[in-house]
Amino acid sequence: MKISLAWLREFVELTESSDELRVILDDLGLVVEGVEHVGEGLEDVVVARIDEIRAIDGADRVRLVVVDAGHGPLEIVCGAMNIDLGDHVPLAPIGAVLPGGFEIAQRQMRGVTSNGMLCSARELGLGDDHRGLMVLDEIIDPVVGVGLMEALSITPDVLFDITVEGNRPDAWSVEGVARDLATRLGRPLSSPRLAEPNGEETSASYASASIDDPDLCGRLTVSVLRHVRVGPSPSWVVDRVQSAGMRAISNVVDASNLVMLELGQPTHAYDAAHVAQRTLRARRARRGETLETLDGVQRELATAGRGLGDTGEDCVIVDGDDTVLGLAGIMGGAASEINDATTDVLLESAYFDPMCIARSSKRYGLRTEGSNRFERGVDPGLALRAAARFVHVLRESCPELEWLRDPLDVAGITPTPPTIEFDERDIERVLGVAIGSDEVTSILTGLRFDVSVSGGRFAVVPPSARPDVRGGVAGSADVIEEIARLHGYRRLPRHTPTWPEPGGLSEQQKLRRHVRDVVVDLGAAECWTPTLGSDGDFDLLRPEVARVRITNPLASDEAVLRATMITGLVRAWGKNLERGAGNVVLAETGIVFAHPEETPSPRMTKGGVGGSVTLSLPQENERLTVVLGREGDDATVAVAFWATLAERLGLADVVVRTSDTPEPGFHPTRFAQLVDRASGAVLGSVGEVDTVLVEELVASAPARRLGLVDVDFDALSDPSRATRRSEFAKVPSRFPSAVIDLAFVTPEQLHSQDLASQLRGASEFVEKVELFDVYRGSNLPDGTRSLAYRVRFSSEVGTLSEVQVATARSQLIARAESLGATLR
Amino acid sequence: MTSSPLANLADQTAKLLATIAGLDSIDHLREAEPTITGKRSILSALQKSFGVLAPEDRKEAGAQLQEARRVVESALESRRRELSQAARARTLLQDGLDLGDVVVGDVRWPASVGHPSLIAITQRELEDVFVAMGFTVSEGPEVESDWYNFEALNIPPAHPARGLWDTFYVELGEPETVVLRTHTSPTQIHLMEEAVAKDSLPIHSVMPGRCFRRDTPDSSHLATFHQIEGLVVDRGISFADLAGVIETFTRAYFGPDIESRLRPGYFPFTEPSAEFEVTCTICRGEGCRTCSQTGWIELGGCGVLDPAVLAAVGIDGSEWSGFAFGFGIDRCAQMRHQIADMRALIENDTRFLEQFS
Repeated sequence: MKISLAWLREFVELTESSDELRVILDDLGLVVEGVEHVGEGLEDVVVARIDEIRAIDGADRVRLVVVDAGHGPLEIVCGAMNIDLGDHVPLAPIGAVLPGGFEIAQRQMRGVTSNGMLCSARELGLGDDHRGLMVLDEIIDPVVGVGLMEALSITPDVLFDITVEGNRPDAWSVEGVARDLATRLGRPLSSPRLAEPNGEETSASYASASIDDPDLCGRLTVSVLRHVRVGPSPSWVVDRVQSAGMRAISNVVDASNLVMLELGQPTHAYDAAHVAQRTLRARRARRGETLETLDGVQRELATAGRGLGDTGEDCVIVDGDDTVLGLAGIMGGAASEINDATTDVLLESAYFDPMCIARSSKRYGLRTEGSNRFERGVDPGLALRAAARFVHVLRESCPELEWLRDPLDVAGITPTPPTIEFDERDIERVLGVAIGSDEVTSILTGLRFDVSVSGGRFAVVPPSARPDVRGGVAGSADVIEEIARLHGYRRLPRHTPTWPEPGGLSEQQKLRRHVRDVVVDLGAAECWTPTLGSDGDFDLLRPEVARVRITNPLASDEAVLRATMITGLVRAWGKNLERGAGNVVLAETGIVFAHPEETPSPRMTKGGVGGSVTLSLPQENERLTVVLGREGDDATVAVAFWATLAERLGLADVVVRTSDTPEPGFHPTRFAQLVDRASGAVLGSVGEVDTVLVEELVASAPARRLGLVDVDFDALSDPSRATRRSEFAKVPSRFPSAVIDLAFVTPEQLHSQDLASQLRGASEFVEKVELFDVYRGSNLPDGTRSLAYRVRFSSEVGTLSEVQVATARSQLIARAESLGATLR
Repeated sequence: MTSSPLANLADQTAKLLATIAGLDSIDHLREAEPTITGKRSILSALQKSFGVLAPEDRKEAGAQLQEARRVVESALESRRRELSQAARARTLLQDGLDLGDVVVGDVRWPASVGHPSLIAITQRELEDVFVAMGFTVSEGPEVESDWYNFEALNIPPAHPARGLWDTFYVELGEPETVVLRTHTSPTQIHLMEEAVAKDSLPIHSVMPGRCFRRDTPDSSHLATFHQIEGLVVDRGISFADLAGVIETFTRAYFGPDIESRLRPGYFPFTEPSAEFEVTCTICRGEGCRTCSQTGWIELGGCGVLDPAVLAAVGIDGSEWSGFAFGFGIDRCAQMRHQIADMRALIENDTRFLEQFS
């Protein structure tokens, strides 16, 4: 909202500079996004007449123009071609500083001296026209030597571009901002000049108004204005309307806009000649009714929309024939619009239910100045005051205007302002500081609250302009916020609280940090790939699987929640490869989603209007995915990467177990599950990226293998699934240990880690079992391979004897044989 | 009458089908393709020879040829599928590796230097500041019901304040009942509900997480972003405590010469509400382009918990009070590292990633 300082000054005396006012407005929560100085830089610009135009030798883009600005001929070099002798144009003389800070100096060009600058509208900040000089003869009757601001009747002004928060409909007007300033600065607030009804007849003798649905229309006032002559507005009205960035249209429309900007009340003027029986009635729209709005669109009324809880309720204004004239508070219809022939006007000034306006406006995609205000809540007490202001403004251009007495005023249901009770201690409890009851009273009175105080206890009633102030305890919070706001947030004390409860991270959060640290230590660059992807990408790994879809995506390839990070990381690797940087390990820790239909136990949560229903939501699974893309990376490196990670995380025993049902995205014959031996839980997968996927995602895919580790972080951080080594440390035996190597010919089905695990348990003296060689060859029976383990024996009580070692060795061999292995 | 160029079409088709059946590898198929269906094929030659036909015969001939081409092309495609499936099966068989047999000690491992994500580093640093101040860290889901994301936070359906959050809706249940969370605030509700259920008040926690807004990305906004939110519910908590926590955090994170200040703002879930600003980290308060000459940069929002929010989760507002605050993690990273275009954060260009350690 652009607010003119000159306009504000009509309501409150303001001696502060625009910079000071900016700080005050910010501190009041009326955030100033920008300040525009109207007329700044035009002070020295004068009207000059063009007396002579001469070519300059050797220059075809510029000419020498001789002008007179009241002090005799002045030579100026000028590039504009849109001028003729006798034209009047703006001259910025030497020393003038134009808007934007450009200072005019004497310049030499092509051997000619230029003594100033002739200006275009854009150079003066007066418009966008930059095609040539601003030729003043087209807009005024110019007089040589007169200041440009005087010639154009520009009054210096400051425009504050203010953002008004959604809970402050009362501040969305000049008067509202002025009220905050007046209260903060302790100055009186003036009221604008209002008209009195002057007609002989009563309004009821000429027109009628009624409300069918008082819940949707809380107040409907109709003023009858006769002898209206539609024409241009006085210049001050045009200035005011334009200062807010609106276009001046006609005296009636401009008066309506001025009142809305000044007081916050949208009004609507109907041509009485086109309103059947001169009757305005507010009611619910009925199913099947239609309306062509002023924007030329045919609207089906009372049709339920997509919005949560939207039943399709519309409030409309109808005439005496029950014909729909307009969508109440949002947009009128074409039929009853004011036109040049209008003489009698029905002026509607009303209050509509904010929620109804909000829903209709959203459903039709119609956001208007009126709907924006009504949906936040217009002051229901303002209607007739706004009409009186409207008449006062319009009368200046229509002196014979007659406002019939006793304007129609029909009451529906409006919110009843609550009475809020609180005491001084409540203020201190919320703000952490006591604020004296005199100051509280003066602040609230300034904001037009009714205040009564007795013994430190306040009972206050907010004005009807403050629908944001609720009843009960919430209301006292609202009132205390107003007290704090006007007192000044910056004057409130600060105190840093402490409490006995310790802060800290959860075990899961610590583990996450640990995992990410180790992954980075192992050479990975952490990525952030998109949560939202395309159906195409989803189908690459999970065709025909239900997916979680976005209803209103920004782009069609950002419409599906990811079920894996593999796709995103391989794409990211491909992009880096194209840049010649494919020698990288990329990792991501993030959430992937599964459709409720795809999960055995979907997440159930409260939802619906009022949280009254139970919804099943997608399962969210946090994972760690690592794509190893360096030259030489493959599934074995992925296994080693995992083994190192598992070791660093202190996992007790996780088996890398091949499986015939590879996870999507993995190379089907270079895939293994990571299975916790003790719990049997699958913690993730390891292997290579499926080459088919790489070819699909990376345009210039070279024949390179990509290692892949994909860990279910939720499983990893669940101690019942991911078994940790004991925290208790073991002191190694001080006695020498014995090392033996054992090679077994084993069936392919016997897992090397299972055998190792069995060997570890076969004798009490086993300290460590480590696989060091796998051999396959024609000298071994079909379906077998040789697994060679290095076994270290030790005892805590003494040096092991040869006999003890031999016994242990036979125990291990016997255990291996029981599993189908034979000593090689 | 000249003999029709299509007289031998059936024979020629059969020959082509035989050739296709004889192709034994994808490479051979690729080599042979131009002579089977391509420009050098008999089918194309026949097409060109139609010139000799009477115009009324051309249509009939064209239809015959098209049918022949369809048969040949479909045979070629199914052969291509067979061969590529066979090739894939062979590759998979050759590639087959028992990953259980990997001797980890023998794996030769290429070296590389890793780099943590800038967002992760920033989040960790922010968490650490708050942990040192006595906060725990909590997390919540990224997909939420409308209830948790809006209504429990005192933002009923169709409330104009919803315009503050451009929402992505998830296609589940009734329209607009499920959303990608637009802020981390729903985690506050979960946390308070849990504390009520377990009778474990007070709460002092920060909640970092990923959020989504339907906003076309530009140099200063991403549709996916990260926030950190703080919540304190305890006895005797006031606006002064909020201002103190914000100030302590500001100095701890940005440095001792950076200050904070509050100005009135509006959030439906806090009352009084405030925006908090910190000294511009570029000009240190002198005034520059980044801060529009004000010397201050807006960082986030905060306020005293609205009694309606406490009531919605069943916390007794006469015993407990609290405050909440929230701001962008990405924005902190952007401020500290002077990132000219936020989109660099999601491009995963290693030249960008390598700058962070």
